[in-house]
Order: sequence, then C-alpha cells, then structure tokens
Amino acid sequence: MSERAAALAHQFDDLGQQHQAASLGMWVFLATEIMFFGGLFAGYAVYRSAYSRAFAESSHHLDIILGGVNTAVLLCSSLTMALAVRSAQLNRRRAIVLFLIATMVLGAVFLGVKFVEYRHKYEERLIPGPGFHLEAPQAQHAQLFFSFYFVMTGMHALHMVIGVPMLGVMGWLAFRGRFSRHYYSPVEMAGLYWHFVDIVWVFLFPMLYLIDRAG
Amino acid sequence: MSGHVVSLKTYGAVFAALMALLAITVGVAYVQLGRFNVVAALTIAVVKALIIILYFMHVRYSPRLTWIFVSAGFFWLLILLSLLSTDYISRDWLPVPAGWEDAR
Repeated sequence: MSERAAALAHQFDDLGQQHQAASLGMWVFLATEIMFFGGLFAGYAVYRSAYSRAFAESSHHLDIILGGVNTAVLLCSSLTMALAVRSAQLNRRRAIVLFLIATMVLGAVFLGVKFVEYRHKYEERLIPGPGFHLEAPQAQHAQLFFSFYFVMTGMHALHMVIGVPMLGVMGWLAFRGRFSRHYYSPVEMAGLYWHFVDIVWVFLFPMLYLIDRAG
Repeated sequence: MSGHVVSLKTYGAVFAALMALLAITVGVAYVQLGRFNVVAALTIAVVKALIIILYFMHVRYSPRLTWIFVSAGFFWLLILLSLLSTDYISRDWLPVPAGWEDAR
C-alpha cells in the first residue's frame, strides 16, 4: 500500500488516473512529432515528384541490405521494448532491466550500421556541399535528394541518440526497484517514444531506399 | 493498476507479421509495377505502423480518450498532406499567362 502511495502524485485520485494522464500527455507530444516528421516527408514528396528521375537514380546509391537489416534490428528492439513494459506489468523487475538493456543494445547496433552507411556516403563523396561529386546529368537535383536523406535519417538518428540514454535511465530506475505492477508509467511512456521512432523508420526505409528500386 | 497484459503469443504473432511485411516490402520493390510501387510500399508501411500502434503501443487496449488523441495527431498530418497535394497536383491545370513563364 505504501508503495502505491509513494508513486501517486497528490493531484491525482488514483494510479489509474495518473497513468491515463501521462499517456495522454505523451500522445500530445507524439502528435507534435508526427507533424515534425510529417513536414519532412511532405517536403520530400514534393521534390521527389518534381525531380523524379534524379531522385530515383540517387536512391540507387543507398544500400538496401544495410537499410533492410537496420529495419529488422529496429523491429526487434520494439519487441524487446514491449516485453520490458510487459515485465513491469507482471512485476518481474529483473526482466525489465534485461529487456531494456537488450533494447539499448539493438538501438546501438542500429546507430552503428547508420554510421557505416554515412561513412560510405562520405567516401563516395555524396555529402551535399562543395565536396559533392556525382557523374550524373542532374547532379544538382541529386544533391537535393541527399540533403533530404541526411536530414531525415539524421533527425531520426538524433531521436535514437536521445532514446538510448532515456532507456538507460529507465533501466537504472528499474534496477533500483522503482517500478512495479502498480507503477510503471515512465517505462511505458519511454516505450511509446521508442515505438514512435520505430514507426518513423518504417516510413523512411521504403520512401528513401525502396520506391524507385524497380525502375 | 496494471493495465491490459498482452500475451506472449500475441506479441510473437505481431513480431512475425512485422518481419513478414518487411520481407514483402523489400521483395515487391524489385517487381516492376510502375507507379504502384509507391502505392504498395506506402500501404505496407501504413499496415506496419497500425500494427505497432495498436499492439506495441497498447492503443487497442486503451480508453476511447486515448484513441481520440492518437487519431487527432494523424488527422492533422492528413490535413497537412492533403492541402499540400491539392496545391502541387492542380498547379499545372490552368495555363500560365504569357510572360509569367520567363519570370519562373
């Protein structure tokens, strides 16, 4: 009972109401994130239809295997994240920590693969700017494609860079025994964030890597 | 206060479905479908996103108020995309008066 009382902030009637309020607040934040990434996707769609040939040819320079592997890694990390929340609901405190560590490791693997991809682009001189070099009739428009590529995947990677330490904090709190089946809202909210970042990638991967592959 | 606990079987099925859809979307990308390549890729992405939202993010088991908040976020995105595309799609429908072309 005292455990429940300690977790309950005084402005709420009960833990259920508190959890509901946290969940709604998190979804309002995620709505702003939807609009943020939505703007990037909209801009990409406009320029992709304007310079479709240059964008299609540029997308062939992306590594579909590394991109696909990274998608699988991120989907696995979403599963371990969901299992971490489930462990909290079932009062399995050790399992929360282990699943959070697994999620962080998978997140780190994703960022590592992303780093390798970025380095390839650097070596192929495909970073937009004065050093950009591509033997193509519409190199200017190709440069625009890579600008979108780096901004969109970069913003996504930044969200991951923020997410991994956040899960680390959750893991530390779980290790200290701060969560139980009565109170696990922070783990669930961190999970909502993590799954959202996963969803962004679910759209980024086909839009950037796949759409023009058959052409 | 422990919410709805999703069974391991459900999570397993959800994960298998997501992986299968990933394999399908990569496979379909190599098939020549013309403009339907975009449609197929986006449809699969939307299905994957829905699965993640409903099961991993627990929205399926959440109260109606949460549903409203979630839908509002995506509804606003839909407003952004539809108003934007009405502009860019209809831009060439009306002829540009002589003289304007040079200024572009």
